This record gives sequence, C-alpha cells and structure tokens, in this order.
Amino acid sequence: MTATSSVDTAVAAQANPAAARPKRRGKREGHIAAYGMVAPAALLLLLFLVIPVLLAFGLSFTNARLISPNAPRFVGLDNFIRAFVADPTFIRSLINTFLFAVVVVPVQAGLGLVLALLVNQKLRGTTFFRVVFFIPVVTSIVVVSILWRFMYQPDGIINSFIDTLTFGAWENIAWLSNPSTALPAIIVLSIWQAVGFHMIIWLSGLQTIPEELYEAARMDGASAWEQFKNVTWPGLRPTMIFILVTITIAALGLFVQIDVMTQGGPVDSTTTLVFHAVRRGYREQQTGYGAAISLIFFVIVLAIAMIQRFLTRDKD
Amino acid sequence: MRTGQKLAAAALISALALTACARAGEGGGSGDGDGPAQVTLWTHSAGNPAELEVYNQIISDFNGSQDDYEVVSESFPQGAYNDAIVAAAASGDLPCLLDMDGPIVPNWAWAGYIQPLGISTDVTDALLPTAVGVWEDEIYSAGYWDAALAIFARKSVLEENGIRLATVDQPWTKDEFDAALRTLKSAGYATPLDIGAEDSGEWWPYAYSPMLQSFGGDLIDRDTYLTADGALNSPEAVAWGEWFQGLFAEGLASNTGTIGNEEFNRDEVGLSYTGVWNALGSLEAVGDDLAILPPPDFGQGPKIGGGSWQWGISSSCSGEALDGARAYLEFSFKPEYVATFADKQIVIPATEEGTELSEYFGEDGVLRPFTELTQFAVLRPETPAYAVISTTFQTAAMDIMNGADVKATLDQAVKDIDADIENNDGYGF
Amino acid sequence: MDNTTPSLAAGKRRRTLLLYIPMVIFAVIFMFPLIFMFVSSLKPDAQILADVDNIRAFLPVGDISFDNYAGVFDRVPFWRFLLNSAIVTVLIVGVGLVVNSLAGFALSRMEWKGRKLLLTVIIATLIVPFETIAVPMVYWVSKLPTLVFEDGMLKYDFGWLNTYEVMIVPFIANAFSIFLFTQYFSTIPTSIDEAARIDGASWFQVYWRILVPLSGPAFATVAILTFLPAWNSYLWPLMVVQQEQLRPVMVGMQYFFQLNTAWGEVMAYTSLITIPVLLVFLVFQRAFVSSIAASGVKG
Repeated sequence: MTATSSVDTAVAAQANPAAARPKRRGKREGHIAAYGMVAPAALLLLLFLVIPVLLAFGLSFTNARLISPNAPRFVGLDNFIRAFVADPTFIRSLINTFLFAVVVVPVQAGLGLVLALLVNQKLRGTTFFRVVFFIPVVTSIVVVSILWRFMYQPDGIINSFIDTLTFGAWENIAWLSNPSTALPAIIVLSIWQAVGFHMIIWLSGLQTIPEELYEAARMDGASAWEQFKNVTWPGLRPTMIFILVTITIAALGLFVQIDVMTQGGPVDSTTTLVFHAVRRGYREQQTGYGAAISLIFFVIVLAIAMIQRFLTRDKD
Repeated sequence: MRTGQKLAAAALISALALTACARAGEGGGSGDGDGPAQVTLWTHSAGNPAELEVYNQIISDFNGSQDDYEVVSESFPQGAYNDAIVAAAASGDLPCLLDMDGPIVPNWAWAGYIQPLGISTDVTDALLPTAVGVWEDEIYSAGYWDAALAIFARKSVLEENGIRLATVDQPWTKDEFDAALRTLKSAGYATPLDIGAEDSGEWWPYAYSPMLQSFGGDLIDRDTYLTADGALNSPEAVAWGEWFQGLFAEGLASNTGTIGNEEFNRDEVGLSYTGVWNALGSLEAVGDDLAILPPPDFGQGPKIGGGSWQWGISSSCSGEALDGARAYLEFSFKPEYVATFADKQIVIPATEEGTELSEYFGEDGVLRPFTELTQFAVLRPETPAYAVISTTFQTAAMDIMNGADVKATLDQAVKDIDADIENNDGYGF
Repeated sequence: MDNTTPSLAAGKRRRTLLLYIPMVIFAVIFMFPLIFMFVSSLKPDAQILADVDNIRAFLPVGDISFDNYAGVFDRVPFWRFLLNSAIVTVLIVGVGLVVNSLAGFALSRMEWKGRKLLLTVIIATLIVPFETIAVPMVYWVSKLPTLVFEDGMLKYDFGWLNTYEVMIVPFIANAFSIFLFTQYFSTIPTSIDEAARIDGASWFQVYWRILVPLSGPAFATVAILTFLPAWNSYLWPLMVVQQEQLRPVMVGMQYFFQLNTAWGEVMAYTSLITIPVLLVFLVFQRAFVSSIAASGVKG
C-alpha cells in the first residue's frame, strides 16, 4: 500500500502541478484526513458508550445501590460468585437467552432473505409489499407486545385460528402462562416483529449486486436457482455477516417483550440476561449486582461475536 | 481538504470559548431576589385530567392567597414516574415537593432523598393512619386519600345461588368463600372470580399480600425487619400459596383477561376483587344490584392493602423554598380539597371532614361502604428493603399461580430477600 | 423500470403468480397489527376489549367514531410531542449519516495506524444494550459541561439534563451505522478512488463526489435503521428530560396508561405516531429503487 500510494502521489503531482508537494504528502495527508474523518464518531462513541460502559464495569465490583445512604464498598468478585452460585434465576436467564438466540438467528435471517428476494423482483406493487412487511417494525414494540398478549390468551384469536385450521381438534392453550410454550410464543412474536428490519438490510445488500452479473448469467442460460447460487449468494456475503451479527446481538439483548408480556415468568421460563440485569440493577436498585450481570453479558456476547467473525471470515 | 485540521481548530475554539465565558447561574440569579420564592412540585398525574385539575386549582388558590411563594408544577405520566424520579434522584435533580407511592417512602427516607415533613401535626393527626408515611418515628409523607380493595358482587346473583351477603362485621370465611366460588362455577361462570392476575407490577403485593397476611403469613418478619424467614415461608404462607394456586388450577380464577373491571360489568364473572377506583363504573353498569363486600377472612381477619400516593419534601429543598413547600402542604389539606380529590379520583378521603363533604363517600354517598373497609388496611412493610420484597413477591406469586412448588418457591423468595437485606447491612435495623 | 424482454410471456406469468401468492400471504400476516390498531382507534374501550378475541377485532363494526382522537388531543399536547420527536429524530439521523459514513469511509478505504484497532472497538461496542448502561449514563451526562445563553451572554454550566442535546448527541455516533457503511463501502472497487486521487481529488472529495452518490442503499438503510430507535426512544428521554415541553411521542404514550388503560386512545395515539414513520420509510425506500440505476452506472 505504501508503495502504491507514493506512486499515486507522484502521478498526481505530475498531472496537477498546482498540487505539487513533497513526496510523502499522500501518505501523511491520508493519515490526517483519515483521523479527521473518524474523529467525530470516535469521540462521541468514547463519550457516550465507552465511558458509561467502563463506569458500569467499575460498579460491578462494588455493592453500589441506586438509592442508598451508604457509600459503595469494593466487594471483589462477590457479585459474580453470587450470580453463578446463589442466583438460580440468573442461570435460567443464561439458558433462555441462548435458546432464544439459537432459534431466532437462523429463522429470522432466512425468512428475511426470502422476503427481500420477493420484494426485490421487478413486479408491480413491490413497494406496497415492502411497506407492508415493514409495518411490524415501525409499530411500537410495546403496543405490539400488548396486542400479542391479547392474542395469546386461551380464548384469543390464535387459539381460535388454529382451532379452525384443525377442524376443532385443537385444545386451547394459555400460551404465555405455560412454562413450556411461553418462550416459543415470544420467539414467534419476536421474529414476526423484527424480520422486516432484516429484509431491509438484505435488500440493501441485493442492491449492491450489479445487474450486469445477472444479465451475463442469463445469457449463459443459468436458471433462477443457479443465478441465486452463483451471483446473488456470493454477492451477499458482507451483508450476511452483518445480518448474523446484528440478529445475534439483538436476540441476546431481548428485553421489551419480556418486560411487557411475561415479566420473566412463568416460573422463570422467559427470563433473559438483560431483563434480569435490569430487574436486579434498576427495579430492585442493586446497581452493583446488576452491573455484574451486564458485564457477564458483555463478555459472552463479545465471545460469540468473535467466534462468528472467525467462522465467517474471508477465506481468500 | 483538511477535515482533520478543521475539526481540531473547531475543537480548540470551543474549548477556548468554554474557558472564556462565565459559569451560568453565577451572578444575578433567579428566585433569591424580590419576587416570590419558587417552589417546584412534581406530580404523577399527567394524562389524568381529573386529578391534574384539582392540583392546578390548589396551586393557583395557594399562589393567589399570599405573595411569598410561588408553586410551579410539572407533571409526569404515572407509568413513567418512578423511573423518572429515580433517575432525577441519582443525578441530584429532585424538585422540592413530590408525590410518591406509599411503600417506597421508607426507602427514600433511609436513602436521604426526602426529609421529615415538618408540617403541623394538626394536619397529619387528622389523616387515616395509612395515608401517612413514617420512617424511624418521623413523618415523611402525607396523602389526601387512600384506596381500598373489595369484593364486587351482584346481589341478585348471590341471592339466586343462595350465597350469604358478607358484611364488615361478618365477612366470609375461607370455607364460605371457596364454596361460593364453586357454586358460582357450577352456576355457569367459566371463571367465577376476577382476581386481577393479568395485571403486573406493584398490583401484586398490593392485592395479594393482604391475603397472605389474612392467612397468617407476611412478607417479612415485622419484629426485626431483618429476615423474611418464618414469615414468607411459614406454614401459613404455604397454606396461602396452595390456596392461591388452587384458584387457578381449579379454574375458579383466570390468569389472563383484561385489566380493569370490564369482565364483571359484563357479567362474565360472578365476583371481582378490585379497587374502589372501579366502583363508579360498576355502579353505572350494575346499578343498585351492586354489592361491595369486604375481602374474606382467611383466619386472621380480613385484610386490605393500605398506603397510596402521598406527598413528601426532598432533602435538597431548603431556605425559603422549604418554608413555601410546608406552607403549601398545610394549605392543601383543606377538607374541600380532600373531598374533591376523593370525588374526582374515586378514592377514599383521608380525613373525616373531607369524607363528610364528599359526594360519594359522605353520609349518604353511594360508595360509603368503602370507608368502613379502611379499618382492615395493613401497610406494606415499612422498610427500605421493600423495593426488593415487592419484585420478589411478585415473581414468587406468579410462579405459584403458574404451578410452581409452593414451599420451594417461597423458600427461594426468602433467600433473595435476605441476601438483599444482608448486602445492605440490615438497612439500619 | 420493468424492461425485460417480452418473450416467454406465459412462463413469466406463471412465475409472477408464484411470487405474488407468498407475498400476499405474508402481507396478511404482517398487516394485522396496523389494522387492529386503526380499527380499535375508532371504537370505545369496552368494545375493543369485547372484540379482542375474535375476528371483529379487525373489522370496523359497532360503535364507530373519532372520539378517541378527540380524547388524545385533550389529554396530551400532541403537536408539541410530535415536534420534539421530529427535531430529535431528524438531527440524530441527519448528523448521524454524515458522521458515521465519514468514519465508515476512513475505516474501509483508507490505510492508517489504528484502523484495525478502532474497527475492533466499534464492533465490540455493537453489543451494548442501552438498558444496561442507562444508569451510569444518566449520572455521566448530568456532569458534562454545556453552553447556555443567559443574561445576553454565552456561559457554561454543568449538566445536560432537560435539554434537546441530551436526547440527540449521545446517539449520533452509532456503531451499527459505521459497521454498515464500512461493509457497504468495501464492496465498491477502490480503483475508483485511485483514479480520482490521480486527478487531484482530496479524500473528502472522493468521499463526497464519488462514494456518497454510489451508496444510496447504504444511506437509505442507515437512515431507516437509525430513525426507528430515535423515534421510539422511551427510557432515555424519560430519565433525562423532566419538562413536558421537551417530551417526545413515546413518553406521551404513558399518559394513557392510568389505573385503567384508555385503550381506544392508546390505539388512536399509536396510529397517529406510526403514520410519520411509515411516510419516512416510503421516502427512503425510494433510494433503494433509484440506486439500481446508480449501480448500473458504476459497472
């Protein structure tokens, strides 16, 4: 790269005498320009993400409370030990969070791609369908959760719909009150709510694939499937990585649906790490312990993200 | 284009500007001059026009009645209020006067966010005991009203099914209550009791811990306030849990539905366990047929939750503003204001004079029966640990409702509560 | 837009049909919340609750009126909330597009010391759910310096609470956006930059004149993705803004959840605040379509 850019600079200097500068100009100017370009974003992220996270980390080694007359005291690893040894709800949260992500990530990514391929066709009305598929995403998640809570009732519309489909063979289920159906019910709702979001990202990936590649493939007589396999899919690679990372992170951060619909119940069957961290750290005001749960959460997600990046790395 | 240099220059200029200019609020302030001292006030009443109207009336009456102080109000929606207020406390940004839910008062007093009220005891002595918030023998808060829960029923339905009308002197026993529910179920009500289990949050300890107490259990050992052991997991508490679980298992009550009293008003349930605030709506729907009954006596007499929204003064309030805050509070407890609150909000007036003036709760008021229920009121434990007790009890009771093992669930709840108390060195007990 | 050759018309029609069937089925599944919401906004509370377990929930039948909308305007200062949300959202999205795309440009197309490290840090910050750092954040912004205009001169003070900037500035830089821009920019061949650099263009000019026009879909995606959380933000404004005149629309929703929720008004209010989002989406999704032409130029 160094060699190339100095060649560039030399050529540039020749082509445009007004811009003639010492030889190293290109690289150094490149550096300064790059720092200038990342500076605003980097500074803001430092101020409003990194520092608060570090504050949270610091709190996790103390017994700090949100509301307390006592000054926080350093307690070492007590909070972490408590999480793994004395807080069975934390362990359930860990398991539920993984279960949720393991189902949601592939299903939501796949369904999002199907939708994106559908609305990327040159057909009449695709704009309409794009908007329709996006509707759940723009509807407030709080309202969506309240609405689905109604629908999941034993005499709700979902049971009566399945009842109709099975010609009356169906026995009504109280979806959200049954420990074995509550999490699946929330999984369905969550995919339904967010899949339009990932359709959009897939769509933007599809738009980066030049039309000429398809034309060339068609001229070679490639079928629709072959076009997908040889043109679309390879072209979607960067998008796929992005999608996987974002869905994984969003799935691991599951919170609002739980907060509105089940409060972690029944019998801890839907409690998640973020819900548990908020409940302990904010609602129950145990700031230090809540921060410790958050820290464990960060470490886990970071590890998963790194594994994902490793698995999807460019093999070239 | 040297973006980087430009940015650096901009940063430098703003840094210089920052050091060159004066600190705001220094020199020539507001409030400490000739005008009236400003007293800031927060309510949780945004979106509740009826309640807000009363506050605005009191505030403008007060501001008009003297020239020394001016009360300035800001209102918040109830669902967001506690989060907003905790954030304000954490950042040191509380107003002088604020209202808060009764059970958190000890927590706030212990944490030093509110100070003793310091208003005339003539005012606080006249109030219902549950409308006053106390911590370490000091009064920290006072409210204009309290709420009460009751069993709503239709007289005609009870009569048809041969069920005795319970009275304050002779409430239903546990066996009578259970029998009544079974009778109503066989009379065709799919789930005869609307117990309100679809709701969440503070409703759970407010509504169901009195039942636990009527059984003989409690949320915490009120002798020491240091442990929940022997209270929340006592044999009586387990009996409560098993009864509560049975309601849902036998289909006597539903764990779903809609918040509010619509099911009762539409005659889809025979009995409804709900609050005074729903009484006027049910009276409209049911008319004279409506019976307001005390909750059943499960052994230790009927119990209902006490303590509702009350007013306190933050610790950061001082000087003239503090005098103003106290003057405002004393002014605001006039009987006509207390009565107006009660009638607009459909809640029970906290003073006798207010009750006499009230349209609904006065001598011939249609909701008069509720005033007799306040004798059964039990405060939620007056300890800073209540923040944890509340969520822990909620989770445990929900798990029990959904079929968890009662004893094991209550034991774990005790462990969680005790761990929190221990982490806080006993909260000063 | 549709200029494929008209040959094989019959096969094409069958294929078209095969595409429409799943789209219509999905459309029905995705439509119902909006239908439910809008239909319910026309009904009194008791009827909403009575209809909720059957098909009438989706039909405007019974006691239909605009009373709930009148109720909304009585209960909340709706236009004020809408204006606040518009100010906050437009600034987060607008300034965010510039800041984040610049960073994405530098991270994807320029070679400099610390690039790899910064990229790793940014990816790491992707994982932080806001709920978990909300409490330290409140404490932190209440200590930050700010400029205020007082007594005819500019002064400084500490604490960002109760301002517009506290709702805006922390959300301008966005790791997701930077990541998306970085990914997108790296799909565009670097030979373009090199050619432009040879012609004497500065890096900023390469960014502004070449990369930005080629990146319609990325800008549209980021705009939509940052618009949504900004418009829907609830917990943060609740914690840092106390004055009613600064509250955004989502906090306003809480006005309807009293002891007994005013469901009809909730539905009317949500209908009102969802419409602007759908409009914005309609506008930005055009960028996807127009960029098809752009990508043709690019090759």
